[in-house]
Amino acid sequence: MSPMPYYVSPEQLMKDRADYARKGIARGKSILAIEGTDGIMFVAENPSSTLHKISELYDRVAFCAVGKYNEFENLRIAGVRLADMRGYVYGREDVTAKAIANAYAQALGTIFTQEMKPYEVELLVAQLGESQEMDELFHVLYDGSVTDEQGFVAMGGHAETLVTAMGTEYRGGMGFDESLKVGAKALSASDPNRELDPQKLEVAVLDRALPRRTFRRLEDAEVVRILAGSQ
Amino acid sequence: MSDWGADWTRAAFAPNSNPSFADLLKGAQPQAMPPQDPTSKEPLTVPQGTTILALTFADGVVMAGDRRATEGYQIADRYIVKVFPADNFSAVAIAGAAGPAIDMVRLFQTELEHYEKVEGEVLSLEGKANKLAQMIKANFPMAMQGLIVVPLFAGFDRRRTAGRIFRYDAVGGRYEDSNYHATGSGGKDARSALRTSWFRGLSRDQAIRAAVEALTVASEEDVATGGPDLARGIFPVVATVTQNGYEEVSDEALRPIVADVIGKIAATGESPT
Repeated sequence: MSPMPYYVSPEQLMKDRADYARKGIARGKSILAIEGTDGIMFVAENPSSTLHKISELYDRVAFCAVGKYNEFENLRIAGVRLADMRGYVYGREDVTAKAIANAYAQALGTIFTQEMKPYEVELLVAQLGESQEMDELFHVLYDGSVTDEQGFVAMGGHAETLVTAMGTEYRGGMGFDESLKVGAKALSASDPNRELDPQKLEVAVLDRALPRRTFRRLEDAEVVRILAGSQ
Repeated sequence: MSDWGADWTRAAFAPNSNPSFADLLKGAQPQAMPPQDPTSKEPLTVPQGTTILALTFADGVVMAGDRRATEGYQIADRYIVKVFPADNFSAVAIAGAAGPAIDMVRLFQTELEHYEKVEGEVLSLEGKANKLAQMIKANFPMAMQGLIVVPLFAGFDRRRTAGRIFRYDAVGGRYEDSNYHATGSGGKDARSALRTSWFRGLSRDQAIRAAVEALTVASEEDVATGGPDLARGIFPVVATVTQNGYEEVSDEALRPIVADVIGKIAATGESPT
């Protein structure tokens, strides 16, 4: 006699999946996105200098993610493809973070409910505006829920302590140098068990001063120089 | 979602590692691709881009084109731009059927940017030149119908730290020119002019002047090539690609050079070279 299949309520099923995804994300390192006068800055703890967590999607749109690399890398490439298709078929200014975030939300929502295991990722699609008030940050979770955030976003292992640390330090209208100092300080405060190594920071910006493609990575030396200026 | 369309989303999230934008577009939105099958056997009359040239100099390459497009014996456009940045370190200039050529440039630019973003690194100059050859090859059926596209491609090879020029034939054959090349209706005349003015190690200013002179010579010999027009302020498009990337020479910077070249013709009653 074969055993009766177990009944699992949808609530329990979703909760188990959410717990699974959250645990996976919480094991990883953190990332910060900070709006300011010069543009939007992304600061991530990343020991690798070639496997990026922060990337360019389009002229004024960037992507950053935490969680499982192979999963968010697939999503990143999908974002580049969507952005380039839209920019080619329509026009360059018709590529928006909102549309890409929506596509991610749909994809992650479907994966969360229909696949064997949910993606252990959390991501952010940022769009640079003419001024800080016009910047947009779309935060997409593992289950496809999207929130529209302002000021700064913290994701990853120590997201909650990061938000607390940033909350006391962050103010609108910071330049890139100050954003980096505040971001690095918050990242080191979020996990007191280790020393933050500036060489292991991945830093990139959407730079309001650049004409067409506004995404730019900061070299290690530049990061070290800016952070050294704070002491 | 309706905006993206199911095909776009499926194509975007498909788990393949092909970094080609053209292949992606072919699958997701084939009607946005340049046509590759002629629908009629009649040769079409469309605006034709005329003379373009490129020459190497000490720091890289100069690329230039006149501003005229013709349709039969008519002038189709007096202000057309035929020189474009392909990416930060390369330039492409077009001759032949202007519409399909500009389309090809746009697809080529997107192709290079797409590769760069997906792979996280820039294609080698050789890789870019080969990619363009494949696009010309794909246009072959249209070329048979008279829509021939013959671009020039030039860039700064950061591995060799030197400027390089690639020219193409109508079927996608790719040839490298180490010194200079010109193509289009006035290409032969521009080449003759460059033959006398080019030497190894030209300075930037000398190279820009040689480009302006060659285009002026071409415009004097070939009706389809537009000469510089000081009265209307129509100057050729001249760009340099060096260690610092792609830079267009401004009209203000060109004006004295053009005035000097034309002044020399007025003084001697002869072409500049």
